[in-house]
Order: sequence, then C-alpha cells, then structure tokens
Amino acid sequence: MRLRRLLLGLALLAPLHAQTTLTIATVNNGDMIVMQRLSKQFEQLHPDIHLDWIILEEKILREKTTTDAAMHGGQYDVVTIGPLEAPIWGRRGWLLSLEDKLSPAYDVNDLIQPVRDGASANGHLYALPFYAESSLTYYRKDLFAAAGLSMPAQPTYADIEHFAARLNDPAHDVYGICLRGKPGWGENMAYLTTVANTFGGRWFDPAWTPQLDSPQWHDAVTLYARLLQKYGPPGSSSNGFNENLTLFENGRCAMWIDATVAAGSLYNAAQSKVAATVGFAPAPIAVTPRGAQWLWFWALAIPSSSKHSAAALQFIQWATSKEYVQFVAHENGWAAIPPGTRESTYKLPEYLATAPFAQLTYRSIMAADPLHPTLQPVPYSGIQFVVIPSFPTIGNQVGQIIAAALVGNMTVDEALTKAQAATTRVLARTGKPQ
Amino acid sequence: MAASNKITRKLAMTAVAWLVALVIAFPALWLILTSFKSETEAISRVPHLFFTPTLTNYAAVQQQASYLHFAANSVIVSVGSTLFALLFAIPSAYTMAFAPTKSTRSTLLWMLSTKMMPPVGALVPVYLIFRDLSLLDTRTGLLLVDALANLPILIWMLYTFFKEVPREVLEAGRMDGAGPLRELWNLLLPLSLPGIVSTSLLAIILAWNEAFWSLTLTAAKAAPLTAFIASFSSPEGLFYAKLSAASTMAIAPILILGWLSQKQLVRGLTFGAVK
Amino acid sequence: MSRQRASRWLNTPAIVALFLWSIIPLVMTVWFTFRRYNLMEPDRVGFDGLANYRYLLSDPTLFQAVFNTVVLVGAVLAITIGLGTLLAILFDQEFFGRGIARVLVLAPFFIMPTVSALLWKNMMMHPDNGFLAFVFRSIGLKPIDWFAVAPLTSIIIIVSWQWLPFAFLTLLTAVQSLDSERKEAARMDGAGPIAMFRYIIWPHLGRAIAATTMIESIFLLGIFAEIYVTTSGGPGFASTNLSFLIYRYALMEYDIGGASVAALVAVVLANLLALFLMRSFARNLDT
Repeated sequence: MRLRRLLLGLALLAPLHAQTTLTIATVNNGDMIVMQRLSKQFEQLHPDIHLDWIILEEKILREKTTTDAAMHGGQYDVVTIGPLEAPIWGRRGWLLSLEDKLSPAYDVNDLIQPVRDGASANGHLYALPFYAESSLTYYRKDLFAAAGLSMPAQPTYADIEHFAARLNDPAHDVYGICLRGKPGWGENMAYLTTVANTFGGRWFDPAWTPQLDSPQWHDAVTLYARLLQKYGPPGSSSNGFNENLTLFENGRCAMWIDATVAAGSLYNAAQSKVAATVGFAPAPIAVTPRGAQWLWFWALAIPSSSKHSAAALQFIQWATSKEYVQFVAHENGWAAIPPGTRESTYKLPEYLATAPFAQLTYRSIMAADPLHPTLQPVPYSGIQFVVIPSFPTIGNQVGQIIAAALVGNMTVDEALTKAQAATTRVLARTGKPQ
Repeated sequence: MAASNKITRKLAMTAVAWLVALVIAFPALWLILTSFKSETEAISRVPHLFFTPTLTNYAAVQQQASYLHFAANSVIVSVGSTLFALLFAIPSAYTMAFAPTKSTRSTLLWMLSTKMMPPVGALVPVYLIFRDLSLLDTRTGLLLVDALANLPILIWMLYTFFKEVPREVLEAGRMDGAGPLRELWNLLLPLSLPGIVSTSLLAIILAWNEAFWSLTLTAAKAAPLTAFIASFSSPEGLFYAKLSAASTMAIAPILILGWLSQKQLVRGLTFGAVK
Repeated sequence: MSRQRASRWLNTPAIVALFLWSIIPLVMTVWFTFRRYNLMEPDRVGFDGLANYRYLLSDPTLFQAVFNTVVLVGAVLAITIGLGTLLAILFDQEFFGRGIARVLVLAPFFIMPTVSALLWKNMMMHPDNGFLAFVFRSIGLKPIDWFAVAPLTSIIIIVSWQWLPFAFLTLLTAVQSLDSERKEAARMDGAGPIAMFRYIIWPHLGRAIAATTMIESIFLLGIFAEIYVTTSGGPGFASTNLSFLIYRYALMEYDIGGASVAALVAVVLANLLALFLMRSFARNLDT
C-alpha cells in the first residue's frame, strides 16, 4: 500500500503537460542543433505540441533508435535515420509510410531524386530528408599557394599523397591530411569504402562472397593507412567527422576529405578560423570515378510504434520544408542552410551567390549513383555502405580491425585477412541476403 | 632536539603527502579549472594556469540541454531508489540481526552474491521486460533497477549497524510486550538513525553515479546526468570548456555528499568487514 | 507464536525481490541461448539448438574479451591495493592539513564514470592538447596516443584512478584501527619502518585487503561506461572486456542469441570469482 502510494507520488513528479510531447531523437551535428534551436518557432506555431530533444552521437543514436524500432518500444516519435535504415525499416513496417500523408504545400516532388530514392522502398516514401551530403576534398588555398601547388579540377589519390607530403608540417601544427579514423561502419568505413570503390574494389561479388582480400582493397587500405600514419594528426584513430571538423576549423589540416555538409561550418567565419582560405574540390579518384563520392542523408521518420504520429507528421514536414530553409537563411545566413534535399534550394540565387560550394555539392550528389556504386558488378546498392541488415555488424567489426591496422597493431594484410574472415562469419550466420 | 626532529618529520610528511594528494586530485581540479576558461584557452596545447575566469560555459550548457531536467532525474532516481530499497532493507536487516537462525549467515552471503553478477549479463532480459511493461525511459523503471542493485549493500550495511545496538534496550522493549514491528519502528529506528542516514547517503551516491543502466535503459525523459555527459563524447565543434562546466555541475553534489560520508563509505562497501 | 517466526516474514520481501532479480534474467538468458533471435529480424525467431554456442565459442573476440577482463581486474586490484596501502601508511602519519589532503585523495571515487572517462580522454590523454601530452613535450618526449597505442592500459589507468580512493580509505581505516600501543611497543623494541610494516601492519591489513579485493572485483567485472565512452572496445578488440562484448552483441549487432551465450560466460566467470572470494571472505565475516 505504501509502495503504491510511493510509486504514484514519484510518477506524479513527472512534469505535467496539457499538450502532446514529441520525443525527437537526432544526431549531434551542427544542422540538427540549429534545428533544435529554431524549433521554438514550431512550438509557437503549435502551442499544443511540446518538443523533447534527444541529441546523441551518431553511434549511440543508431543503437537507441534501432533497438527501439525493432522492439516497437515506442520511446521516440521522430527518429533521424539515413539511407541504410530507411529502406530496410520501411520494408519491415517499422516506419510509417509518408507519401500519402503530406500536405500539398510540402511539394514532395521538389525532393532531389537520388535522395528521395534512398528514403523509399517499394514505391513508398518512409522518411523526409533533412539534409543530404556527398563527399568533397577540402583544402587550404593559402597553404597551397605558399607551397606553389594548385589543386586540379579532379584530383587523384596520387595528387593527394603528393600534396600531403609537401604540406605536412607538424612543427607548425599543420598536418598534411586529416581523415576519419574512428571505427564504425558510418565513420571510418564510410570513407574507406569510397576509397576501395575508386580503386575498383567492392564489398561483395554477385555471389555474395566478400572481397576484402582483393588487391583493390589492399591498395585502398594501404594508401589510407600510409596517408594517416605519415601525414595525419595524432590521435587519428579516434577522429570522426566532428573531431576533424574542429581540427580543420582551427587550421590544423592542409586537406580533409569528408562530407559536403562541413562546407557550411568551414565557411562560417564565426566558427572557423580558415573561413577565408578554405577551398573545395571533388573527392579524389583513383582507377575509376565510380563510388568515389558518397551519398548520405539524414532524414526524419516516424516509427510505427509512436503514439503521437499526427503531431510528429506536422513536425517533420515543418523541419524539411522550403520555409524552414528560408528560416535558417534568415537566422544564420545562407551558408548554413540544410543542403542537398530540394531542387528549389539550388535555384535560389542568394544561396548560390553566398555559398561557393553549393554547385559542387549539388553536382557531387547528382553524380552519386547508389544503384551502381562500383566498377565491377555487385548484388547490392549503396555507395559507402551495403544496404543489407547485417552491414552495421560487418562494418563495425571491419572498422575496428582497420583501426587496429591504422595504429600499427597489425599489418594491412593481416587486417584484411581478419576482416575477410569476420565478414564471412557474419554472413554465414545471418545467411546471404535475398 | 627530539622536538625539532618531530617538526622536521612533520613538515617532510606534509610536503610528501600534499604532493601526492595534489597529483591524485589533479585531473579533477583541472576539470573544474577548465570550466571557467574560454574554449580557445581550454583547447590550447599549452595549458593555461592563469586566465580570466568566465561563467559563459555554465550558461551555455544550461541553455543547450536543459541541465535541470537531467539533474532532476538524477535526484529523483537516486533518492527514490534509496527510499524504496530501504522499505525492503530495514525489515530484512532487522530480522537477520535480531532473530538470527542457522540459515541467516548463508542468506546474507547469498544476498551478497546477487550483487556479483555484472549488470550487463541481465541487460537483454531486463530490456525486454521493461519494454513489455512500458518501463523503458521512465524514472520508475530506472529507480527499480537501481534499488534492486543496491539492495544487498543496504541490507548488509544496516545489518552491521543494527548489530551494534545494545540488546538491553530492545530487551526492555520486549518486556513491555512490543511486537516485532513496534520494536522496529519505535525503538530500533531512532537508535540507529545515524547508521540509516549514512547507509542512505552511500546508496544515493552509488545510484547517482550508476552508469550502466542509466545509459542503456533511458533516452530522454528519464535520462540522468550520467547519460547527459555521455552525449558529449563526440560533440560538435569546440567543447572542452562547456564539457568541463557540464561535468562539474554533474559531479558537484556527489563530491559534497561524499565528503560528508567518508566513514560510511568504507563500512558500507566492505559490508562491514572494515570499520 | 514465537518471536522468531513472527519476525521472519519481515525478511521475505527482500528475499523474494532479490530472488526474482537474480533468477528471472538468468533463466531468460539461458532460454535465449538456444534461440535464434536477432532484433533486426524479429520474424526469423525460432529454436536453434547449439548454433549460438558454436558461433560464440568460435569467436576469437570472446577469448580476448575474457583475457582482457582478467587483466583489467587484476591490474586495477594490484595498483589500487598496492598504492592504497602506501597511501594509507602515509596518511596515518601526522601532518598539516591532513583533513583537506584526504578530501583531495578521495575525490576521484565520487566522480561519475562517464565524467572520469571523458576527462581523461579529452583533457589528460589526448595526444595533441591533453595535459600528459604537454608534460611529455616539455621533457622532450613525443606524446603517446594513449587510446590507440595502449587502449587497455589507458582503461586500467582511468579505472585505477577511480578506485584508488576506495582502497586507500578502507586500508587507512584498518591501519588506524591498529592498536597504537602495539606500534609503540614495536618501536621501542627497535623496529625500523620496514620491519614495522612487515610484522605489524601487513598482517593486520589482511582482512581489509581481502574485503577490498572482493568488493573491487565485483565492480571491476562490470566495467562498461569507461570503455563505451572512450575506445568502444578498440582498436581492434584490444580494450573489449566481457561486459562490452555482451553489449556489442546485444545492442550493436542485435544478436540476442549470441549475447546470451556471452552473458552466460560472464555469469560463470563471476560465479567462479564469487566462490573463491566468498570462501576467504566468509572466514573473515564473523562480526
């Protein structure tokens, strides 16, 4: 009796709302944090909806949202997912299909086609893209000029290595190149897969045999390890996107190959010390341009176990609308708008004028072809990942092994042998995808 | 002569001991210091010992992530789980201390053994059960788990305190015809209140710092400070000073509580073996 | 009704609660070891026989995790008890400001694990702008990338830092309870500091060390947050302990069957340790 009263009393301590509370799970990237800040406007427009934000690191976010979706936990009303999750979860019925629930003002046909395709399955749209990205080469125009170097219109990895060697200057706190080293399928493996792609490699052959012990992967990983070991900053093996962004913003990297969305931050003088001298070039290629630049987006989706789907629908439309783009431009400037999702964005003269990277971003996204990501034929889609349910497992394990090679715990060949074995093991356990 | 030797010895000891103490506490002190720096100072490769302190980090943390919400969760869960666990622990310790049987000793040892399993071993079943009972990301759920986790320690600690209560007082009460509950409530509790308070302090500290269940069973609504800090593990942009401010705010209450309850810490965590 | 029987029911709630808390998860875990159950494929659930066992026990990371766990526990015990004893003897001496110095030494124990881990990762061990890097550079050495080159050692350092105060406090309490008359008598007999330690202090500390070892082991087996927040078990699996391995299987690979087998291994290991420690502790138990 006392127990129940106690528990009841404790439960009543929870804040009382006469409104709907939406729990939004999102990743701790700059654009999302901006979304959180600007969402006060949404709350003002919809006084009956209160927003509860869960902002987490990408890896942790995925764990939480995936377990919740798979177990129908109902903890979240809006989840932030990418092109790996959207089709798989959609097909499984873990997400609400959206295309028939959107208001006409939303203009769903304005969504950029490759991005829209990535968020759909079986003709249904399962997530509204918030921002999309490809990959670029960022470089320091001032350092290049001082060394008498110039970045070609389409750099190759041979060029990149040459530049890195010339510009590496640890004595003055400048490193030749910064790259992702943090283990994870969406961290180091995302970048490394594009390198493998451009060297002509692939994850699986049409019979689903892993190809990690192929010469193409060997070349790719050897180059990657060499670049970071010789010309990279210390602590590379724990540097992900955010850490490298901080390094580049503080002038510590001569070059950085990573997501196009970094451009907005790098170009923002309030945040970046190198805003005036950052240059942009396409992602480097080696043997083939196929799969050299990746395609990723973060999209907002509604789990089917959500109890507040109507309110959630209103929110995700607000956050991915043309009006939101204008709102961000008004509050934070044109360079800060969430890019890559709408054709209309790339027709706005103000945006194109203030953001020199906009055209390159658009071109990179349009050039990314998730349905044909590699030189040789493959049974899967996805450029910097493989759209199969077991890829996170495979990618995480291989990512850890590669990180071990990066820090010198094993040779590249040992690592690739281990990676091959691990991938084969996982695939044997889960069975070959149909 | 002997006196001056003693003073020299004392001074030498002071120097050595303080050096050691400062080295050990240094990371914590550095954390607190950094919370008052600007971000550029915080990230600088050459550590700044002298700088102009600022409170902007504390303001920024509060603004970004509603620190009070997480702090409230920490308070509710740690205090709540302790109170809830006491409801079970006090009667249990009383019985075993004052009405021991042949099996009391093995019961106590068994209770201790339930604490030996690493929590991760129970992760999946607990997660699934919580999902089915809609306890995920609720303060009630986390509270229950923390209470169960701390129960053995509470029972043992109270057991040792109760055993110190002089039997004569209780004998006198029995002569007056007091039943067991009465004896417990009217006599024992007042006598052993200091022990109960210090036991509770220890339990609150353990629940506050508990990092496994709070990371896996909560998301936003019930997330305590441990989870709040974990969200800074790979953050956007410059963050060292803000992280330090958030961390300082998260650890401050427990540092104070801990300072107040040093003695109880030893007794409690060694299950009374060392007093 | 005898007093004893009347009051025994007071013990029932706690016993029932702890019984359920220990048995239900265990039974469910054993059940899951024989099932194929992956969270990402909830429709492919079914009886799987010993497949999970075969898969897990052929996983090289399992043995590495067990090894890492044993190393982690052993090293932290050795460091904390060793240094803790020295500190206890030091603080047993008279000196100025002893109370405040003691508070300083105790501080690390009260800092929550996630804060400790991030504190060490970003501000102490970061190879670029961490304090240790600064110290290394000042004496002309190249800074170490701690989490890359020595991940398990780094975790050991962090955890030892957290638990040193506990060992110190426990041992200090024991040292201070040593009868000062015996110490005086020994001193008068001409015992130097080393003899004092060996024949007077050390035997007295036996029980305290046993208790400390036991308690620390319980908690050290379940080290998780520090690894989660810093290395995620890597690079490779160099800093993966059993706890993290189970977590990885359950919530990163969504393999419930596999996670359950690993959990059983953890239970067996914990029980072995418990059996061993309880036998020695039970001897010391009687209050």
